[in-house]
Amino acid sequence: MKIHEYQAKELFRAHGLPVPDGRVAATAEEAVEAAREIGPPVVIKAQVHAGGRGKAGGIRIAAGLDEAREAAESILGMSLTTSQTGGQGTGVERVLVEQAADIAEEMYLSILPDRTSGRLLIICSRHGGMDIEEIADRDPGAIVRIPVQPLAGVQPFQLRRAGFALGLAGQKMQAFCRILGTLFQLVVKKDLLLLEINPLVYTKGSEWLLLDAKVEVDGNGLIRQPALASLHDPGEDDPLEVEAREHNLNYIRLDGTVGNMVNGAGLAMATMDLIKRAGAEPANFLDVGGGADSTMIENGFRILLADPRVKVIFINIFGGILRCDILARGVVSAANSLGLDVPVVVRMEGTNVDEGRRILAESGLDLEPAKDLADAAEKISRIVAAGS
Amino acid sequence: MGIFVNSDTRVLVQGITGREGRFHTNQCVAYGTRVVAGVTPGKGGQDMDTIPVFNTVDQAVRKTGANTSLVFVPPGLAGDAILEAADSGIKLVVCITEGIPVHDMLRVKNYLQTTSCRLIGPNCPGIIRPGICKIGIMPGDIHRPGPVGVISRSGTLTYEVVHQLTRNGLGQSTCIGIGGDPVIGTDFIDCLEAFSRDQATRALVLVGEIGGDAEERAAAFIGERLDKPVVGFVAGLTAPPGRRMGHAGAIISRGSGSAGAKIAAMEAAGIHVCRDLGEIGKFCSQVFAGLLA
Repeated sequence: MKIHEYQAKELFRAHGLPVPDGRVAATAEEAVEAAREIGPPVVIKAQVHAGGRGKAGGIRIAAGLDEAREAAESILGMSLTTSQTGGQGTGVERVLVEQAADIAEEMYLSILPDRTSGRLLIICSRHGGMDIEEIADRDPGAIVRIPVQPLAGVQPFQLRRAGFALGLAGQKMQAFCRILGTLFQLVVKKDLLLLEINPLVYTKGSEWLLLDAKVEVDGNGLIRQPALASLHDPGEDDPLEVEAREHNLNYIRLDGTVGNMVNGAGLAMATMDLIKRAGAEPANFLDVGGGADSTMIENGFRILLADPRVKVIFINIFGGILRCDILARGVVSAANSLGLDVPVVVRMEGTNVDEGRRILAESGLDLEPAKDLADAAEKISRIVAAGS
Repeated sequence: MGIFVNSDTRVLVQGITGREGRFHTNQCVAYGTRVVAGVTPGKGGQDMDTIPVFNTVDQAVRKTGANTSLVFVPPGLAGDAILEAADSGIKLVVCITEGIPVHDMLRVKNYLQTTSCRLIGPNCPGIIRPGICKIGIMPGDIHRPGPVGVISRSGTLTYEVVHQLTRNGLGQSTCIGIGGDPVIGTDFIDCLEAFSRDQATRALVLVGEIGGDAEERAAAFIGERLDKPVVGFVAGLTAPPGRRMGHAGAIISRGSGSAGAKIAAMEAAGIHVCRDLGEIGKFCSQVFAGLLA
């Protein structure tokens, strides 16, 4: 789960880390008031989860209050399309109004788990302010990686190694090591999957500032991080995705016309591939999970039927924990209460499959059974071709 | 033969008194697995369907000689359960639990490296030696004993592949689901090393999916060190193109992670890549035809 820059900075401030004075604002009036309190010049920054905001016009500097109003008015409510948002862009509901920094140097710093080695990685570079992929292209040697053993935690020599890699010494080094040590503790204590400060700034007034912050919290860790869980912004999500999450379903909306419901993420991805091979496009990814019950099946089916772009539905279930008779009852119940106006191809296999097939056959519903995956692909291909 | 488990495997189940723990314990017993103990703190002294329950793994090991643990403990407590098993002399832990926090798994993985305990999972279907024992949640009846080893990152997708293998007359030596989480215990290469030494395994199926670089590393290992035929499959070929990440995760996974990159790495290593899941059973019977007669 990503959190917004202003939320990350509040977290940093609460842990004694240096961030610019700033206020969050939802209207142009609030932004002007914030600018007055802070004192111009200020920076107005769109609060969306995607990066690449600056290049897309989501960050503006305002020398005075009039400019602050104008900047806030133009950014609030805009649909921001950056290199990281995907084609449709994302609406801006809040801006962060922040004291402009007197920048002398911009650097890069991040901390994240490395899945392959099982270590935590500190990554830093003396180039900051551009995204890390750009740094890696321009000057790969300037990216330094320091692996940390999670059982031992970060050691003073590792903090120094990062500091020397950035060319630091004296007071500047000591202050940096304190900041990095605190950030590392935050990553561990708060179950973070990513903490990125880009740029990390050293000002002309000889102070460190964490000028931007990208923070991602481990969704699995939220059970023990109630304060972070409350920072979730449902405004960033598709409404059908929000509904799916409430029902414990893993749903991602896509652009095609073949709605599909599958148990297990790997099989769900392979099913989408199969739909594509059949000459059609999947409308979604929907994994009901290995242990789905008939209510979850019913809710999943309801979400597929609620999507107006869906022209045909494919249900592909390999019953292990989830028994086929339970699946069949969920499908029949949802279809009866909602009504079916699109063809539905059902392929199921595994535990209690004969009972499941009998329930579907006797339901009186217009469902098209497929005997295996190859047969299902053939049926989808035929339906899609007939409809176009 | 087969790998990691055999008829001497004596299983204890952590979280045996929960709904899933109880259901799957009975399924494993019905398959022929020797389940000798259960552990649920605070419920020691009871029996769960004739299986004795203990408060600690240490007690269970001393009383019953258990050498393998199957974990159904909820995600917030599962990391601790794995460490308890390793610390009590258990040699193999199979963790089914989904949703363990990544930082817990980082500590677990590094701790296990200081012991002789192997972890399979978490967030996996487990391991099965068809006809011998099943330590996990996969449906037993789709499997048949035979010469094909199966390694996979996913659950139901593995069942689909195994089901088609069986229907095409290809039995399995051992099937392992290594789990879909970012941080796991046993990885593809650990399994490949074990399978390469196993005489009962004459061919392999490797089932991967998008994300990370595990398939690429497995392909490199296969190209250099394995002389058994391998069929590969990668799920996620049509997953929406990854948005440019723009953060540190991107440079760690650079040049790998997409289904296309994984398939290219597999083919470069001489792996026979199947692109149509509906036909993978038939595909395997063609590739393995000469070997398995």
